[in-house]
Amino acid sequence: MSKPKLALYWAASCGGCEIAVLEIKEKILDVAAAFDIVFWPVALDFKYKDVETMADKSIDVCLFNGAIRNSENEYVAKLLRDKSKIMVAFGACATMGGIPGLANLSNREELFDLVYRDQPSLDNADGVRPQLKTEVAEGELGLPEIYDTVRTLDQTVDVDYYVPGCAPEAEQIWGVITAVIEALKTGVLPPKGAKLGVNPKTCCDECKKVKEEKKIKAFRRPWEFIPDPEKCLLEQGLICMGPATVAGCGARCTTANMPCRGCYGPPADVLDQGAKMLSTVASIIDAPTPEEIAEIAATVPDPVGTFYRFGLASSLLRRARI
Amino acid sequence: MADEKIAVYFCDCGTNIAGKVDVDEVVKWAAEQPNVTVAREYKYMCSDPGQDLIKTDIKELGVTRVVVAACSPTMHEPTFRKAAADGGLNPFLLQMANVREHCSWVTEDPVEATEKAKRILSAQIHRLPFNEALQPIEVPVNPDVMVVGAGIAGIEAALKLADAGKKVFVVERDPSIGGHMAMFDKTFPTLDCSACILTPKMSALGKHPNITLMAYSEVTEVSGYVGNFKVKVRKKARYVDTDKCTGCAACTEACVVQKVKSEFDVGLGYRPAIYIPFPQAVPLKATIDPAKCLTLSKGKCAKQSCVSACGPGAIDFGQQDEQVELDVGAIIMATGFELFDCEREARYGYGRLANVITSLEFERLSNASGPTGGHIVMKNGEAPKSVAILHCVGSRDENYQEFCSRVCCMYSLKFAHLIKEHLPETEVYELYIDMRAYGKGYEEFYKRLMDEGVHFIRGRAAEVSDVALAPEEEGRLVVKAEDTLLGIMRRLPVDMVILSAGLSPRRDAKEVAQTFGFGCSANGFYLERHPKLEPASTMTDGVFLAGACQYPKDIPDAVAQAGAAAAGALTFVNNPTVKVEPTISYIDPEKCSGCHICVGLCPHAAIQFNAEKEVAEVIEAACKGCGVCVAACGSNVPQQRGYLDKQIFAEIEGALAL
Repeated sequence: MSKPKLALYWAASCGGCEIAVLEIKEKILDVAAAFDIVFWPVALDFKYKDVETMADKSIDVCLFNGAIRNSENEYVAKLLRDKSKIMVAFGACATMGGIPGLANLSNREELFDLVYRDQPSLDNADGVRPQLKTEVAEGELGLPEIYDTVRTLDQTVDVDYYVPGCAPEAEQIWGVITAVIEALKTGVLPPKGAKLGVNPKTCCDECKKVKEEKKIKAFRRPWEFIPDPEKCLLEQGLICMGPATVAGCGARCTTANMPCRGCYGPPADVLDQGAKMLSTVASIIDAPTPEEIAEIAATVPDPVGTFYRFGLASSLLRRARI
Repeated sequence: MADEKIAVYFCDCGTNIAGKVDVDEVVKWAAEQPNVTVAREYKYMCSDPGQDLIKTDIKELGVTRVVVAACSPTMHEPTFRKAAADGGLNPFLLQMANVREHCSWVTEDPVEATEKAKRILSAQIHRLPFNEALQPIEVPVNPDVMVVGAGIAGIEAALKLADAGKKVFVVERDPSIGGHMAMFDKTFPTLDCSACILTPKMSALGKHPNITLMAYSEVTEVSGYVGNFKVKVRKKARYVDTDKCTGCAACTEACVVQKVKSEFDVGLGYRPAIYIPFPQAVPLKATIDPAKCLTLSKGKCAKQSCVSACGPGAIDFGQQDEQVELDVGAIIMATGFELFDCEREARYGYGRLANVITSLEFERLSNASGPTGGHIVMKNGEAPKSVAILHCVGSRDENYQEFCSRVCCMYSLKFAHLIKEHLPETEVYELYIDMRAYGKGYEEFYKRLMDEGVHFIRGRAAEVSDVALAPEEEGRLVVKAEDTLLGIMRRLPVDMVILSAGLSPRRDAKEVAQTFGFGCSANGFYLERHPKLEPASTMTDGVFLAGACQYPKDIPDAVAQAGAAAAGALTFVNNPTVKVEPTISYIDPEKCSGCHICVGLCPHAAIQFNAEKEVAEVIEAACKGCGVCVAACGSNVPQQRGYLDKQIFAEIEGALAL
């Protein structure tokens, strides 16, 4: 019997998810042994046209990382969806929009203004901006179209499973891969829409710090002080997304005394991670008067970027009004 | 779930709803909605025939879910839930759709109102399939009662309960019970001697076999839950062994520190460092003021004359505050009021001008057992030849307290009468906005005063000053006011000004309310459960209100409310068990991460942390279903039964479905 076919792709992402796949180290050889890798632009020399020529559903599993923010991302997402039996949103960007999703606070024109007009280090006297098509001596060159709105993979194509994380933890990746191998052998697959590589509770469950009652008088940022390594970081005024973030990473950040940033996304029962965390934080502000509450709340740095660092594109609001 | 049979009942509420909403149209529309088996209109659903409709349809049509579109659920939800239960349906499978307060009463346009009524109804029709049958929780009730505060209201409530055979703990902050009423001279309008009618009750309380009196004590913590409150009380050290003290007062005469301003005489008189606040005090025990006692404050009192004066050897400088824990089933709050701080109203010169006094100071001044032996005198010891009484100081004033303090008009009239009685030649001016004489015998009292030669000037005083503009004003106080009946400005030169100060909530009312788990109204007084139908109950089951802590009231009203509170508490603790609403929070231990966020937030101390399992747990009997933990949890683990996310989202979808 031939080996199952595996595709990996990166759309709007930083490349960290690709590195994370390699973070499984020598086990990558096991992956290569178990799968026939048919498409992996970052590592192997395949072209889109190679994929285009494949038969529909001829790829068994596609691990797709990155958000969808331009026409190329969208095209390849749809192409791989057609060609793959199982489509996995891999990493925070594919799952929730991730860091690129914060672009939804703005739009294409504003982004271009910033990048091609307003940057102090810019040398662009002619005001050149990216064109979809450009005529050069050798012929016509094309660029993908950047969209106003960053979308998640499942806002673009049908997704079977999710592996969250920025990036997903190596152990979890290996767990998912072995589970997929097993599932393909037995034909027993997890229910569609399942989050893979997560644990049932929240990051707090995996975090070993001592947790007590939380009453916050002021919020602080990690550079302002050295937190007590034994104590819950939220209790020390750091906005730690742990309470509203599904477990699975092993509380890597809080173990290193940095607050959880929420990259694994919300636990199963939470619809909107940022709103939920906002509700939590609002509940533990310790102030008797509305004025003092407002003062304390004002110490939250960059609220959207804090509560929706990874989840803006998948939130209930999805984006700022254009 | 898809097979639910929903019955819809739409109440006309006479013309309250049907006058605005096209009921026929809504009912016709409702009958066609998913899962709806029957939709009916009825003139008054809350009537017996209306309730019978529900019961009959449950039995005959096999209805499994009910929605009643009528008034607010706070009005009739219990009525209809009971009807559903009588029909054999779990009461929590019934929902109210409020098409009166939320729709017909507040929507102008009939077409819009009809549309809105459909949406309100649609929300409940969508929600109902997600409702779950819930069973009420029953918990035992402790039969003992605690009364907090022992002014006239607290005393009355405690005596009623004790006479009914209940064990009562009375906690009073001051060294003696009696409250404000003990300080008054006469009571309006009957002019009864205040002490004469109060002290028998005080002494009855002190001696009652069913009452444990804890004076000079404060409640520091309330935990537990409905019917089973655990109360921590701090018994402040009196530095006197109350078992030995006979109340003979020999120590008070012997004390070397005699010039401490007396709280009971509102600073007009003096008391020693070891004192009994007033001769009829209950308990009649001496108390040492640790801030003034030389031994306790400075560690040196050469004579320690109190020790040598005390025959039974009751003085104990080493005494410490004591923590006492009480278990009670019900609590009556009777913590009273405090007088509006007249120094805030600077234009009247209180604290700056001698002979501008507060109403409470006048009470002591005119009291035969007061610092002047009942002689109404100025600071120089002479009797005033003219007195102005300024109404509404701090009351009916947007700068301070918008409300009417209800008692000031009447006590001001009483003052005028007392002045005329003591000093018939003295001129008395009453400066009032409106004369509010609303109680039994009050208007008659007002009329009587009009015949006693008192000058009534309708107008709020603008200012009290000591700046003379005319020879007759020299060395006197001048009250400036507009006489609105004559339409002229007046300057009244007088010798004494009495400020009829309003009644304010206690400074710590908010914290106290929080300690006991209920709230305060916008004006700062304790919030009653319903202003008309449950004025003596709070939002916390088993906690009742009596007297001026709820709102300013005179003695008859305070006593009446104390009776109501006692009856409420009695009814409550007489039941061996109490049913707790099952719409409470529950925490799935499989999902809880043990982050502790909810634990400290629960206002009812209903969440405890199970250190062994490392999860938070809800104490069912203590949970009031407020939803704080639901909102606070980052992973939505606490869920409130009856208000599950899926139920609320279904409601939202229903409301938006049209």
